[in-house]
Amino acid sequence: MPEPMGFYTDTTVCIGCKACEVACKEWNQLPSTNGGVNTLSGDSYDNTRRLDGIHWRHVKFIEQFTEDRKDGRWLLMSDVCKHCVHAACLEVCPTGAITRTEFDTVVIQSDACNGCRDCIAACPFGVIETNPVSGVAQKCTLCYDRLQVGMEPACSKACPTQSIQFGTINDLKGRAQKRVEQLHQGGEKRAYLYGADEKMLGGLNSFYLLVDKPEVYGLPPDPKMPTRNLASGSWFSVLGAVLVGLMGVINFRKRGAEERKEDQS
Amino acid sequence: MNGVPSSTFFSAPPEWGWLIALYFFFGGLAGGSYFLASLIDLFGRSEDRPLSHLGYYIAFPCVVVSGLLLTLDLGRPLRFWHMLIESNTYRPMFKYWSPMSIGSWALLIFGIFAFVSFLGALADAERIPWPAWRKVHPPSLLGRFIAAIGGIFGFYVAGYTGVLLTVTNRPIWSDTPLLGLLFIVSAASSSAALMILLAKKSSWTMPGLLDLHRMDAWVVTLEFIVLIALIISLGPVARAWLNAWGLLLLIGVIGIGMLLPLLLYWRGGKGGVHDMTTNAALVLVGGFILRLVIVFSAQRV
Repeated sequence: MPEPMGFYTDTTVCIGCKACEVACKEWNQLPSTNGGVNTLSGDSYDNTRRLDGIHWRHVKFIEQFTEDRKDGRWLLMSDVCKHCVHAACLEVCPTGAITRTEFDTVVIQSDACNGCRDCIAACPFGVIETNPVSGVAQKCTLCYDRLQVGMEPACSKACPTQSIQFGTINDLKGRAQKRVEQLHQGGEKRAYLYGADEKMLGGLNSFYLLVDKPEVYGLPPDPKMPTRNLASGSWFSVLGAVLVGLMGVINFRKRGAEERKEDQS
Repeated sequence: MNGVPSSTFFSAPPEWGWLIALYFFFGGLAGGSYFLASLIDLFGRSEDRPLSHLGYYIAFPCVVVSGLLLTLDLGRPLRFWHMLIESNTYRPMFKYWSPMSIGSWALLIFGIFAFVSFLGALADAERIPWPAWRKVHPPSLLGRFIAAIGGIFGFYVAGYTGVLLTVTNRPIWSDTPLLGLLFIVSAASSSAALMILLAKKSSWTMPGLLDLHRMDAWVVTLEFIVLIALIISLGPVARAWLNAWGLLLLIGVIGIGMLLPLLLYWRGGKGGVHDMTTNAALVLVGGFILRLVIVFSAQRV
């Protein structure tokens, strides 16, 4: 059994080249948007806009500048499926199309998915969307096909700055921790790891080194499993059924009982 | 949190649109009508039987429409059976912790009950020449059993949709545990309203119909309380309704669908035919708008 594999993304060395996006699209043969006709988003250099069924990598450009733009910084982050250890999408998928692989990654089997889109609503990171060509939900597979033959995923292979690093989770955590310490020693005290420990959904197999609050990067500060509401939601529904049932019984029973009394006499 | 009141605001909308909103409405009517019909059969008078027949007549077509709507909404409709059978092993597909998985099975089983009771009601009313089907209709022991079990499945179908929305990570839907409760109560009020509207003119003076009318007023009162509790339970997320959807909820659901019918009822129109049908129409419209607001507002955040 192989060790759990994943990504560690050091956002401080990302240069926004989008080689990861291109490599992902090429390897996975993902179609272009809008038939290849480019439309500008008006949002910095980001025309990919978000992760969806045909964009499994998305480089975010966050501009933090003063009003006069004399001072500021860029935050760049290559976003991807987090391959959560406790995966919300996998939990709710009613067809069994979403599975956990031998590498501890999360994969949607396109031939089994029927496009119900429950996983889209469940994913706390907004990673999954429908691929308009296949009609089913799709997302990063962590290049499952490449992993099976001992290759590394296309995006990390293409990354020229080692912002995206691929490896065993244990190894990546060690590397990431060292990098955080290095940054702290160098004066960047804001550096921290997002999703590296088990507190967040059992651990994210694709975790990040960030230098600002998660929400600045469009990441939820406190992602949760969808089934957190299952028990309470179900019991409240049972309560509703009992209350309505009682209302029905009270309203109909009175005359029903009278009839039964008449029948007996 | 940069002005975002909950971590649920980082998820993506599943693009569940009109087909799903309509399914929530028709599924609620199917389950609710069956449940009310079984209540009338099990606890009402034998003279109320035309009313219970009506409930079964509503339930079966609505459950068929529900199945069609759900299938059409899929990205790959021909793969609808993947919900029930695992496509690569051909083993039954069932996840008790996934409301959509249990709901698919519940809809199938409820559909069978609704079909049997539909034929039973037709036979009991002598609309089809198959007297043997009367055995599946109350007051026979088998009929009572079918009505009781089918009624439970009916209520399940009416309520699981709310729990399904709660078991996601979308704003509003997953920020309250009360959606299933609201959908169940609303399904009951809408179904009672539709039964009153579809009742024959000759049965407008039926005591059973008056019972149903009174019960509907009670249920709408409960629905109002549940909706207020739900809004409170959302906490700061309720601000997501400070827009046109919130206005529609206030005017369409609370105003037209709840307060106006209750006002008409308590003002004294407890038996008047016109008040009764006006009330029912308002409650039904409110029930539909409620589903529209719940489905669409959480996806436009």
